Amino acid sequence: MLTPVVDDDGAPFWEYAARGELRVQACAEPDCGELRFPPRPCCPHCHSFDSEWRRMTGKGRVWSYVIPHPPLLPDYAAQSPYNVIVVELTDAPRIRLVGNLVSAPEAPLNSVAQERIRIGAKVQVVFTDGEGLPRWVLERP
Amino acid sequence: MTGAGLKDATAVVGIGQTAFAKQLPESEKALACRAILAALDDAGISPAEVDALASYTMEETDEVEVAKAVGFGDLTFFSKVGYGGGGSCATVAHLAAAVATGQATVGVAWRSRKRGSGPRPWKNTAVQLPTPAQWTRPFGLLRPADEIAMLTRRYLHEYGATRDHLFNVALACRNRANQNPAAMMYERPLTRDMYMTSRWISEPLCLFDNCLETDGALACVVVSAERARDCRRRPVYVHSAAQGLPAQHHGMVNYWNDDPLTGPAWAAARHLWKHADFTPEDVDVAQIYDAFTPLIPLSLEGYGFCGRGEGGAFTEGGALEIGGRLPLNTSGGGLSEAYVHGFNLINEGVKQLRGTSTAQVPNAATCLVTAGEGVPTSALLLRT
Repeated sequence: MLTPVVDDDGAPFWEYAARGELRVQACAEPDCGELRFPPRPCCPHCHSFDSEWRRMTGKGRVWSYVIPHPPLLPDYAAQSPYNVIVVELTDAPRIRLVGNLVSAPEAPLNSVAQERIRIGAKVQVVFTDGEGLPRWVLERP
Repeated sequence: MTGAGLKDATAVVGIGQTAFAKQLPESEKALACRAILAALDDAGISPAEVDALASYTMEETDEVEVAKAVGFGDLTFFSKVGYGGGGSCATVAHLAAAVATGQATVGVAWRSRKRGSGPRPWKNTAVQLPTPAQWTRPFGLLRPADEIAMLTRRYLHEYGATRDHLFNVALACRNRANQNPAAMMYERPLTRDMYMTSRWISEPLCLFDNCLETDGALACVVVSAERARDCRRRPVYVHSAAQGLPAQHHGMVNYWNDDPLTGPAWAAARHLWKHADFTPEDVDVAQIYDAFTPLIPLSLEGYGFCGRGEGGAFTEGGALEIGGRLPLNTSGGGLSEAYVHGFNLINEGVKQLRGTSTAQVPNAATCLVTAGEGVPTSALLLRT
């Protein structure tokens, strides 16, 4: 499987994720505080270079999803057809994360039946043990 | 000079192409040289007169190699445009700007690609994962088709568009390819049944929602309007041109802005129309970048042919066919002629305005050509 190749801006996201925390970069300027994703060096609203990582509840809704079929890289082809989802965070609707809907943190990418995936479904973040990849489970399994 | 300084100041006077096929024996460099020489021959201009070049950053044959092989003169302008298929129209726009401002006199734009027999870019895992891919690829959103399929699902959901609308796009392109002996899908008709029962690539996109893997090359020649009057062919004027990289854009697609269904087309369109003497209503024929069928309804909305969410419905009733409201991709486009990063759309736009297309729109005098949507893009308005 592909693992994230982390850059300076994105590193904190993955470090928090490895600890089981979903955090999103926010401007640390008191008068601003805008959330931003993907992470970047400065705030596009107020241009402050100070940022903090705000903890999210990890709740969201499925914004869209796809079911990839081969030709795919071998590790992914082995689990195909699997799902990839985009989740809109409940705490911050404009912050959306690409992920997978699974039955449990370590379950395969195709562990949720396709018929159960729908736009608007409520989901909760979970993290894999090793790399701390964020994944998503249905709030009402 | 105002922003309208480019208007009709330059013209495309030569176009050239190689054969299109799954596999061509020659190298990308050799194919590039053939297309460029064919375009210059079409224009009646000697390679020694060329002093400007433009292509895509993904073009693997660089200016030095092309200039040496073909025998160009001293170059005073060269430019490469990024973001894959988003760069196609910008190559012509850069040459037009260079010629209009006196930085060069004869410009050649080209794209050569062995995508049919060569490796697929997304398979190169060594370049898979730098920013911005760290937020998408590890989750198995691997290919452009997957990224666009994600937008498509949301689009279908939000606006009630259907797979029949996507089929209308695929069919219009295929019908035109069936009229074009140079197209890879010449004499290979498409039916609704074939479409609806074809294999999935990335649901909700099926096989026929995806462009063709192609080997081939194309080129065109840009000169001043004054010079164009003395060339062999009827000039096709560059009326308006724009690139589009909207505020807060991301990479291949942007799931992170307020409204991911308004892509770079919207940014390009604002500038394109602002400097044009005509409106979307006056466009006789359109060559809209079609790496994937859903890019057509999204682009129809972005370039102002219909309102938000109406792109699917726009395709109904044969609107995209010859004789319809907006004849589309009249060579067959990326879906059915060849996928050479959209350059065939530029050359087909020129053919339409010369009156020499294999699917000629009677008296076509205005043409919109667009580059890849989803990525930072570009577009041209051409006129007779």
